[in-house]
Amino acid sequence: MMTIKEQQDRIIEDFEVFGDWMEKYEYIIQLGKDLPLIDPKYKTDDNLIRGCQSKVWLHAELTDGKLVFTADSDAVITKGLVGLVIQVLSGQTPKDIAEAEIYFIDAIGLTSHLSPTRSNGLLSMLKQIKLYAIGYQAKSLQN
Amino acid sequence: METTTAEHIIWQEQDLIRNEFPILKQTVNGRPLVYLDNGATTQKPVSVIRSMQEYYTMYNSNVHRGVHTLSQQATAAYEAARHQVAAFIGAHHHEVVFTKGTTDAINLVANGFRKDILKEGDEVIISAMEHHSNIVPWQLACEEKNAKLKVIPITDKGELEMDVFRSMLNPRVKLVSVAWVSNTMGTVNPVKEIIELAHEQGIPVMLDAAQAAAHIPIRVHELDVDFLALSGHKLFGPTGIGILYGKESWLDKLPPYQGGGDMIKHVTFEKTTYSEPPLKFEAGTPAICEAIGLGAAVAWASKLGIHRIGAYEHQLTEYAIAQLKAIPGLRFIGEAEHRSGAISFLVGDTHPSDVGVLLDQQGIAVRTGHHCTQPLCDRFGIPGTVRASLAVYNNTEDIDRLVEGVHKAVTLLG
Ligand SMILES: Cc1ncc(COP(=O)(O)O)c(C=O)c1O
Repeated sequence: MMTIKEQQDRIIEDFEVFGDWMEKYEYIIQLGKDLPLIDPKYKTDDNLIRGCQSKVWLHAELTDGKLVFTADSDAVITKGLVGLVIQVLSGQTPKDIAEAEIYFIDAIGLTSHLSPTRSNGLLSMLKQIKLYAIGYQAKSLQN
Repeated sequence: METTTAEHIIWQEQDLIRNEFPILKQTVNGRPLVYLDNGATTQKPVSVIRSMQEYYTMYNSNVHRGVHTLSQQATAAYEAARHQVAAFIGAHHHEVVFTKGTTDAINLVANGFRKDILKEGDEVIISAMEHHSNIVPWQLACEEKNAKLKVIPITDKGELEMDVFRSMLNPRVKLVSVAWVSNTMGTVNPVKEIIELAHEQGIPVMLDAAQAAAHIPIRVHELDVDFLALSGHKLFGPTGIGILYGKESWLDKLPPYQGGGDMIKHVTFEKTTYSEPPLKFEAGTPAICEAIGLGAAVAWASKLGIHRIGAYEHQLTEYAIAQLKAIPGLRFIGEAEHRSGAISFLVGDTHPSDVGVLLDQQGIAVRTGHHCTQPLCDRFGIPGTVRASLAVYNNTEDIDRLVEGVHKAVTLLG
């Protein structure tokens, strides 16, 4: 299993081959289309992160000490970006996720998607993932 | 393109007009900017920017307060702006209240109705195409007074169902408040008819003219409208300023909105007497520079002629609709016969936000989402739309870029 850092560096490397914005977005869109990200039964209002522009559903589950995320979005570009975040963070320990610095979005030139004014739910999703991680970390410390 | 004489002038003037907007001469994401988000806010001509810069460089001072020269200059310019806006909408200057914008103006009226006019069982009529700022203030007022908010339904084309509206009018209705132009669909509502029908039963009418002001000539006295709200920033002016027009008798009747300096005649701890309108409604130091900027903006628009701007935009809209129509799978949200400004659409089952992101990559600014008209989007069962909204500085090249951009976006989203 790659670390969070290795996952991010891999994505950055993948993105280096793209010549222009179109190739980049083509890839993200394809990612969004290919990933059946979430079990429909988890597409509930409780799991809904409401952006102004698009919606994101996020479900978290702890298995064998690893935090596994599944997610979905009604907009395909958001869904592709969500897919990238999940590649990086899903299957890692709550501690690693809580402490992780996410730099790949910047590095692949998609920072604008994290701006609050985009309000596509991606920023809130990242925050929510961190919250889950911190929550599970606190729980495991108690036990 | 065929044009009549008067309209022809704007097509010829296009380059000159565009030149007056410095912000348009830039590239975004490596492409020349195509700005088609004028429904959200318009860009500002140099004359407006200069007027504001002059104010701060030469005569910044508080208004209505000082005997010194700068204060007199500032007061004169502030009041001159009121006269300019009054002339622009065909009103007397004492019927023009400066507000922060349309939202603020509607809240001012809604607050007055809530306090002094609405009673339990009364009704307020709005329409299904209203912006949230012409919904929520009335909702709050009605909730507090146990009054009812009634909604004029719309057709699938996005036009008001006037027969239903007629049947909704009754003595319990205390106000009709509707948009002149829909910000999402561009529908131009039959406001003259609405006002006449309501007045037949003694009901006052408020118009949300936020989306009308930059496109349609406003003559409040001819319309006989009771209240009208608009925002400076959608009319080539700065943000933070707008107006409420109110008939003199109504402004006398409505209670003050906020208390403070400038709005009083005499204050003791027992009782305060208020200034005459409009100052009664302008508590505290107003947005002086912004008011002056708005004055310059209406001067700019008047010089060009709003009817000529409207005629030009009408042709540009027809061109845009014809071009967009050719895109496979594209459908318009809102196909009213009388329209202005906004063109909303969806393509196939693509999400509007995806299309917006890909247009931005090509330097094209449109708005996507629900445009603060969630009930309207629910009415059509859609998450939102892609909205291109035009202003006088847009041209056929902008439209061609938009069409090319949508093609590219749809291909990518395939
Ligand atoms: C129809 C309509 N009404 C009201 C508003 C609110 O205007 P403001 O935000 O300037 O107060 C808008 C602006 O988006 C609008 O389009």
